[in-house]
Amino acid sequence: MKVRIKFAKSGVMKYVGHLDMVRYFQKAMRRAGIDISYTAGFSPHQIMSFAQPLGVGLYSEGEYIDIETAGGLTSREAVDALNAVMADGVRILSYRKLPDDAGNAMSIVARADYLVQFSRPLDADRAERFFRGTEPIEVEKKSKRGVTTVNIRPMVSGWELRDENRSLWLRLSAGSASNCKPELVLDALALADIIEKNEAVQITRLELYADTGTKQQPVCTPLEDLGEDIV
Amino acid sequence: MNKLALPDRILMEIEKPARYIGNEINMIKKNPAQVEIRFCMCFPDVYEVGMSHLGIQILYDMFNRWEDTYCERVYSPWTDLDKAMRREHIPLFALESQDPIKDFDFLGITLQYEMCYTNVLQVLDLGGIPLRWKDRTWDHPIVIGGGPCVYNPEPLADFFDLFYIGEGETVYRQLLDTYKTSRRLKETREEFLYRCTQIEGLYVPRFYDVDYREDGTIASFGPNRDGVPEKVGKQVVTDLSDAPYPLKPVVPFVKVIQDRVTLEIMRGCIRGCRFCQAGMIYRPLREKDVEVLKEHARQMLQSTGHEEISLSSLSSSDHSGLAELVNFLIDEFGSKGVNISLPSLRIDAFSLDVMRKVQDIRKSSLTFAPEAGSQRMRDVINKGLTEEDILKGAALAFSGGWNKVKLYFMLGLPGETEEDIKGIAWLSEKIAETYYAIPKDKRIGKCQITASSSFFIPKAFTPFQWSPMGTKKEFLDKARIVNEEMKAQLNRKSLRYNWHEADLSELEGVFARGDRRLCDVLVKAYENGALFDSWSECFDREKWDDAFARCGMDPSFYTTRPRERDEIFPWDFIDAGVSKTFLLREWDRAMAGQVTPNCRVQCSGCGAMKYKGGVCCEGQD
Repeated sequence: MKVRIKFAKSGVMKYVGHLDMVRYFQKAMRRAGIDISYTAGFSPHQIMSFAQPLGVGLYSEGEYIDIETAGGLTSREAVDALNAVMADGVRILSYRKLPDDAGNAMSIVARADYLVQFSRPLDADRAERFFRGTEPIEVEKKSKRGVTTVNIRPMVSGWELRDENRSLWLRLSAGSASNCKPELVLDALALADIIEKNEAVQITRLELYADTGTKQQPVCTPLEDLGEDIV
Repeated sequence: MNKLALPDRILMEIEKPARYIGNEINMIKKNPAQVEIRFCMCFPDVYEVGMSHLGIQILYDMFNRWEDTYCERVYSPWTDLDKAMRREHIPLFALESQDPIKDFDFLGITLQYEMCYTNVLQVLDLGGIPLRWKDRTWDHPIVIGGGPCVYNPEPLADFFDLFYIGEGETVYRQLLDTYKTSRRLKETREEFLYRCTQIEGLYVPRFYDVDYREDGTIASFGPNRDGVPEKVGKQVVTDLSDAPYPLKPVVPFVKVIQDRVTLEIMRGCIRGCRFCQAGMIYRPLREKDVEVLKEHARQMLQSTGHEEISLSSLSSSDHSGLAELVNFLIDEFGSKGVNISLPSLRIDAFSLDVMRKVQDIRKSSLTFAPEAGSQRMRDVINKGLTEEDILKGAALAFSGGWNKVKLYFMLGLPGETEEDIKGIAWLSEKIAETYYAIPKDKRIGKCQITASSSFFIPKAFTPFQWSPMGTKKEFLDKARIVNEEMKAQLNRKSLRYNWHEADLSELEGVFARGDRRLCDVLVKAYENGALFDSWSECFDREKWDDAFARCGMDPSFYTTRPRERDEIFPWDFIDAGVSKTFLLREWDRAMAGQVTPNCRVQCSGCGAMKYKGGVCCEGQD
């Protein structure tokens, strides 16, 4: 059966990169005794996929892994078994069974929420003007193929100042179709002189969503809500 | 939340910050305030190399079983962090507590290869610990060295307060108790170190003086204080099955070289290859009990979650319970997605059968280590592998579906002739011919024979310790001859040949048989910026040439010079088990091309019998 696991990442674990987290969870599954399924062939590997890589340096309260398992454990038992073998800074939040025809997390992820913390309050009026504008927000995006300029305005679907303007909440496009890292928004804010470069103290990813609405009326559903607890 | 020694800003600018954060699975957490001894264990190379080393895992586990001791780890910061730490004056720290290593009671440094010596200085330097023992006080940790390189510790004599000669499981407890007593009595550092000379296996370089002759060789070497022993005896664990073993080894986050469970199945080797230092200094061969090994395998796979287990020894095929162990591992874990890796296996029907079960034949290759190209030369080095063994093994493997073979050789062996080195090409050709002798419809495409050669470096406590080492030019000329001979073979399209760089080998040769006078050269090279010398992207020969020149030292004194039978070697004060009489006898037999049978066939009276363990006592109870 298909299972979706939600976990949080904090503390020194933010320095452990995505590929290392993949290997970390492969070993954790074995230590916890999760009866995970393997691919066939001479070098079998666990059937496991991450929803969306998390950049080095970020905390998260909403990371997702989909696995295939023979089952046998309740959600509660599996969460406890996994938490018993976690490193400090990784916490399993939920373990839910998915419908057999569910798309995997990687293919359905559409939005992500972030909280960016600063050491001083932002200028609320300037931030408002920046986000409410209609002209393109152009930033340079580095990839393996070089630097391209992208307009990130359509990828920012929500924003809010919180914590007496010391934090910025963002809802951004995520996934293969259109992806915007929070660092790009910060680059744009720095270009607009609203913040200094590298001024963010900490970025936390709060949640990953699938879009369960229609083209006209998108609905953000947290990925864990697509599964149900095994009791 | 765990504290970190490095600020976020630095961690975000360097490569692989997870090397420096600790917090790994199975890392030991203790309250440093509640222990009496803080021991920092160091592997002077980058984290991925250091974390792959079994010896440190064994000692880390053993120390932390003791309530009064907290053992932590430190590795060489990679060059990016090295620069940042110097720039911002951040002292080198241990991974567990992130506390500066300067504040520890002991800094234990394992010396696995000579080319890590500048990294030893880096660790001390970044740690804020004076490089030389004469400049240290009780404000600094006791710096202790261990590992195979301490069988000639002299090139590092100025930098270490202590050396531990031999296997770590035996006298560390005694050393720590002595330390506690000495500190309680408020003794001086020197008084404590004097006490250490009374513990077997510990060498305190400050209590020994060396005099040299005009020709540069040693005139005398001995204690400079009453009561300090003339000889230091290596430490040996007699019963390995009972020795402590880490059943919960630390599991790194970053991908390290040995990203798997390492199951040590035995120590020592019966083969007696005359170039091999490990084969001499780890005598006698001691096996671990198969039932113990099965239980260890089970517990270690459970506690780590590793997807691979590797058997570790110098020659796995010589373990009398190998078949039982391997079949157990395959039956028990093979179906659970656990890979089984079996290095150092002799190629025969059994091993091919096992390999067929544990790996994909199409992707895997067979490995032979004939070490020398001609039978004459293999007799000289006492490599008991004949051409017939190799061709038979290859034929068996080819008929079983394999078509890739790797061969390992050495160039520059004592008394080597042109015929001997061309033999590398001829042997490769014969293996290829064996493959093409199989009917066309029964073989899968072409075969691929890859021969590699490294340059022979004479090491202390081997029968070849008297042998001159070749020069860089000689090595490269020899490699060229082999390469040309390869191209002249009928099946040249199936043959490949590659050889190692020679610069590093020369330097390794200097330190392998060097003396105390090299300490100054090392410091000079380090000051010139030499670091991570075993990494080709970092190694810079010019920094070393300059260091030798400035110190007025000639490296060839240590490498190409022939040594007299009665020369006093810098390492002669160590009793490594194998006697000088035995080594000389083996040197003579080598020159006469005589083979010496392995320990199980006939005892050659090497001297290791005195440890009363392992193969020396087999079949005697």
